[in-house]
Amino acid sequence: MSMIQALNSALDVMMARDDRVVVLGEDVGYFGGVFRVTAGLQTKFGKQRCFDTPITECGIIGAAIGMAAYGLRPVPEIQFADYIYPGLDQIISEAARIRYRSAADFICPLTIRVPFGGGIFGGQTHSQSPESLFTHVTGIKTVIPSNPHDAKGLLIAAMEDNDPVIFMEPKRCYNGPFDGYYDRPAKSWADHPDADVDEGYFRVPLGQARIVREGGDLTILAYGTMVHVAHKVIDEHGIDGELIDLRSLVPLDIATIEASVRKTGRCLIVHEATRTSGFGAELSALVQERCFYHLEAPIERVTGFDTPYPHSLEWSYFPGPIRIGEALDRLMRE
Amino acid sequence: MNGRDNTGGTSGSNKPGLTLHIPEPPFRPGDPVDYSYLEIPRPDAIARPDETAAARSMVDLAYGLIRVLDDDNRAVGSWNPHLDDTTLLRMLRTMALQRAFDDRLFRAQRQGKTSFYMKATGEEAVAIGATFALDREDMCFPSYRQQGILFARDYPIVQMINQIYSNRLDPLFGRQLPIMYSARAYGFFTLSGNLTTQYPQAAGWAMASASKGDSRIAATWCGEGSTSEGDFHNGLTFGAVYNAPCIFNVVNNQYAISSYSGFAGSERTTFAARAIGYGIPGLRVDGNDILAVYAATNWAANRARLNLGPTLLELFTYRAEAHSTSDDPSAYRSAQERQEWPLGDPITRLKRHCIDKGIWDIARQEAMDLEVAQEVQAAQKEAEQNGILGHGLHQPDQTMFQDVYEEMPWHLREQSEQAIRERALKWPE
Repeated sequence: MSMIQALNSALDVMMARDDRVVVLGEDVGYFGGVFRVTAGLQTKFGKQRCFDTPITECGIIGAAIGMAAYGLRPVPEIQFADYIYPGLDQIISEAARIRYRSAADFICPLTIRVPFGGGIFGGQTHSQSPESLFTHVTGIKTVIPSNPHDAKGLLIAAMEDNDPVIFMEPKRCYNGPFDGYYDRPAKSWADHPDADVDEGYFRVPLGQARIVREGGDLTILAYGTMVHVAHKVIDEHGIDGELIDLRSLVPLDIATIEASVRKTGRCLIVHEATRTSGFGAELSALVQERCFYHLEAPIERVTGFDTPYPHSLEWSYFPGPIRIGEALDRLMRE
Repeated sequence: MNGRDNTGGTSGSNKPGLTLHIPEPPFRPGDPVDYSYLEIPRPDAIARPDETAAARSMVDLAYGLIRVLDDDNRAVGSWNPHLDDTTLLRMLRTMALQRAFDDRLFRAQRQGKTSFYMKATGEEAVAIGATFALDREDMCFPSYRQQGILFARDYPIVQMINQIYSNRLDPLFGRQLPIMYSARAYGFFTLSGNLTTQYPQAAGWAMASASKGDSRIAATWCGEGSTSEGDFHNGLTFGAVYNAPCIFNVVNNQYAISSYSGFAGSERTTFAARAIGYGIPGLRVDGNDILAVYAATNWAANRARLNLGPTLLELFTYRAEAHSTSDDPSAYRSAQERQEWPLGDPITRLKRHCIDKGIWDIARQEAMDLEVAQEVQAAQKEAEQNGILGHGLHQPDQTMFQDVYEEMPWHLREQSEQAIRERALKWPE
């Protein structure tokens, strides 16, 4: 199944298993969401369990926090990550802190689903990757799947988690893995091994990275869409690279990262978000602190540029095969 | 340079120049006080509508002032809740207890026993009147001046002081500012310092209750200044759209720290009138008249329980003391404001009502004042056995890292170990 179908299946499975799970957001009810992730849920589970909301992100998240305090397990959808900013106060000051400030008197089991990332000609307001805003906030978890299997298993784990989770969906991968070659025909998930997704209940635990490809020459850390782009570039360059899909940024699987870099001695970090203070900076610092004496080359970051996401020039902005390939070559020359 | 002039200034036209209006309060320090501009209707002037009446039929209530106690201390008019004597005296004692508590803990802050305190002097009726009208199981989403909810629900005051002192028995492990209580078992949601974030949360809680076929309702409070926050409107939007069983309270105590209510829009309309745009009832209530607060809350609660949705209540009151221990009101408002506030003091008004009713007298009032002061003093002594802020008798360092997440992730475990190591070096046993 596609990532959209996998996400839909996760919601379907959990709504059937647990009547506390409630789906809310702009257009998620009757229409089934602009990306169709919530399609059919209202028909199946009724309007009390899946419903449309007013267009106010902090209202959606604030109300969901109240529902969670009551004892429900709300799954609000924010239509695009670019629109989550009005809801940040409710995420940062409230959802993230309610357990802590109340000494677990109240908890906030909330899964905020939010499509993010570029490559769909969405311009500045439909393309951003704001994950580092969330990873900087203590008290919330930030989870990013890269394929249908993980999307379903991670979303189920997020919905079962008793902490608030920002679940970021790389929308460029909704309908197929994207290898970074924008001028090639779009691929579908049909023949991809990670698209063979169980119809029923299963979990992919939060905080466990996945080694997508084992290798001895260098370690590539990536998540979301960039996993597929990096994979393609490794193959094209004939490098014995070890590719790690982080899957969740907080909690981070530091053990897998550390073991890999100690083995390979080289580390490339790839993300689509802007460079300055991006999550790559955190990864780079962690690798430097823990693996410095094993490194044979400087840690490299390949990222989006420090500009707003441009509309017509998005394929110049996007960290594609050329940018990653140059970094790989630099690293391997050292 | 793009050659454009972005510096503002006058345009080339000969149209008359505009002026910007900056609100200014009626009195400043040194000014005489004249409250004659306030319209204070007689208590029987505003009829109590049936709880099932359409919101549109009661628009006038948003501009009036619901009162029960008249100038002769009688309970009159259709809003009179006809409370029994026991309830009246319990309300009186609860307000007296809160005032004694506020006075004592304010002094404790001045003595350096804690970092911060906020009194609700003059506003005791707001939270206590409402709590008496709510069911014990209803969930309250308060702001920072509704500690009266806890007094009215018999929360242990030693525990409140432990929290204020951030000591070793602080139920919140020294993580929160003093007075930022959390008490789920008492229907008191964990307090935030960010304003009106509790408004959409209360609406969401009420929506959840309704969706589960529960009978419990939610109530929330914010100050008049913070009605300017987006979340105030988000809460009302959700409440109105989903017909949530929620009471939205605006405590109009005239001041947001030093800014008078004009900066929240009071020059043009009332805060109760904010309800009209949402199509829900908006009731403006004398917040220093605990019977009026009780009656209006009871009305709104009945309406919510009849599945008729939310109500907005403006509690018109006066912040008699400073905003907090970090504020000096003499620097920005006339010293006479408090004394001449035409709606009096809520404790005095209820006391006089009870005396005139023949169920109370000055001697018993004095005895009760002494008794509540002693109760607070005893609680304070007990709490001080558990330590005061900065005294060393606080929580072990590892509690700082607990409850950030349900399970502690590796990076917090590492930092926790570091904190324990540092502590051993800083304060060797």
